[in-house]
Amino acid sequence: MSALLQVKDLKRHYEVHIPEGLFGRKASLKAVDGVSFAIEKGRTLGLVGESGCGKSTTAKLVLGLIPATAGTVEFAGTRVTARHDAQWRAMRRRMQMIYQDPLGALDRRLPVITQIAEPFEIHHPEMPAAERTERSALLMESVGLRPDMAMRYPHELSGGQRQRVVIARALALDPDLLVCDEPVSALDVSIQAQVLNLLDDLRERTGFAALFISHDLKVVRQMSDQVAVMYLGRIVESGLPEEVFRHPQHPYTKALVSAIPTPARRGKRERIVLEGDPPSPVDVPSGCSFHTRCPIAQASCRTVAPQLIESGGHAVACHLVNAGAAPAVQAAE
Amino acid sequence: MTIDTTPGLEPASPAHASGSVFTSKSRVGAFFEAWPPLVLIALFWIGLIAVVVVGAKWIAPYDFMALDLRARLIPPVFMGGSWLHPLGTDELGRDVLSRLIVSIRISMVIAFLSTLIAAIVGVSLGFLAAYFRGRVEQVILMLIDAQAAMPFMIIALAVLAFLGSSLFLFTVLMGFYGWERIARISRGLAISANERGYATAVRDLGATPFRIYSRHILPNIASTLIVSLTLNFPEVILLESGLSFLGLGVQPPMTSLGNMVGYGRDYIQSAPWIMLAPSAAIVVTTLSISILGDWMRDKFDPTLD
Repeated sequence: MSALLQVKDLKRHYEVHIPEGLFGRKASLKAVDGVSFAIEKGRTLGLVGESGCGKSTTAKLVLGLIPATAGTVEFAGTRVTARHDAQWRAMRRRMQMIYQDPLGALDRRLPVITQIAEPFEIHHPEMPAAERTERSALLMESVGLRPDMAMRYPHELSGGQRQRVVIARALALDPDLLVCDEPVSALDVSIQAQVLNLLDDLRERTGFAALFISHDLKVVRQMSDQVAVMYLGRIVESGLPEEVFRHPQHPYTKALVSAIPTPARRGKRERIVLEGDPPSPVDVPSGCSFHTRCPIAQASCRTVAPQLIESGGHAVACHLVNAGAAPAVQAAE
Repeated sequence: MTIDTTPGLEPASPAHASGSVFTSKSRVGAFFEAWPPLVLIALFWIGLIAVVVVGAKWIAPYDFMALDLRARLIPPVFMGGSWLHPLGTDELGRDVLSRLIVSIRISMVIAFLSTLIAAIVGVSLGFLAAYFRGRVEQVILMLIDAQAAMPFMIIALAVLAFLGSSLFLFTVLMGFYGWERIARISRGLAISANERGYATAVRDLGATPFRIYSRHILPNIASTLIVSLTLNFPEVILLESGLSFLGLGVQPPMTSLGNMVGYGRDYIQSAPWIMLAPSAAIVVTTLSISILGDWMRDKFDPTLD
């Protein structure tokens, strides 16, 4: 079975200069370090992790906005490259992105209807202007924007309305894949819910696949068919949202899940508070990159990097979990 | 803005009754807020200049080259002359008003075309540098630095001295004045615009670089460019005047503003009107363009309402 999007061992390293000694030294910052996943048609993969774990870099790599250091991205059987040629531009019809900052993503000098119509102008230059306007108006309606907002400028709209404009523009050409990079993190909580519901509705109606990136576990849980938890450029746990959030296996996921506020004040769950900050992606710890903050780290964690091992649709990259897993399941793979 | 609390003074609008925080402005007030008087004067002057440029042939009361040696050095009306020659005559009895009209036409056309050339060259090179970066950018920056390092007046003198002065050559030469500033500004603005979300977002939609630069980046940086161009325009007028004053620009019997000032300086004591009229035209025109440019920058920015 071939998935719509197939990502294999994707890496992105940045050469950085560290001011150390007389001339400093060169080092590589491993923003994304060997990420593999697949998204099937019409499904949503949620990617969670704290700031700086490589979520947004992964999004850019998937869309071919920046070149990968290693690894491949295949979209509907075609390699996605970062060479911005005609083929790359034509591929944009089928893969679109929603940005974290909707005001920044919109041209402040054009009325929103013009910006929503822009994908038609780019990819269907033969389309008559009347049809373009008509389809843009339909798009505005489908994302819940009033017709009288058409001639407004982005700065005259609220944050939620701007994000709706961005969504309308991204969906103009019925893409197969939509990459949402923290689409609601800049919005108020009440607006967040509206925009998420809108995305959910649109997905049901048009059936696009999505890569949904957020640091908000609740949001990811609501939106995704599958989640992957990232830590320092690697996926440490993935599986169904219910599985991962109900029964987290990796100690990092456990800590994340325990930090979700719950209505029950004296909950049964104990909170796991991680010590310190995540290590710098320039000096990734040897072995398991989480062992410096892991409450249950062992000697082997410091030397051997754990593999992401799947058992029953739930994959975890942790020596302790995988050693305890039933050997029969591993043998079956 | 006046806060009107007495409903009797203005026609009571529903906005007042509902306790709205908006107060309706008087029409005259609103008009002058949108069009400040200074801008109106500048616009009027530019309009007048435009009419003069287009209709110089029909407006000029005399042929600008026609001599009338019996009517030499007649002062203008307000200095005791007659309405026959409203701005007086020069040392050869040529009508100053007619000469001024033709001079304005020549000087404006040269300045306009030159600024246009400078804008096209500058913006194109600036965008090319911003788009390609790397070696292309280095070469363009080197050209910019080379141009900026040489006093333009000396280049102009050298070119005109070696190649002679034709109106076409002179216009093209003036077009090379100031392009390096525009190129530098547009390169910097384009690079920073590229880092902004909107340019990246449009690129992610699949837009070609040409579309990104012409449809999105250019309008977004236009306000700054226009201010830079409105600075350039008067400078070209002054440069043209300077070169013509030195006798290297527009050659007699053709006339231009600088040319008139240059030849009028011999009579600065006995007949100051010969050089005062073109000087005033230079000053008022350059000032008007600067005022308009400033106003246009604010107008072009929809976020500055």
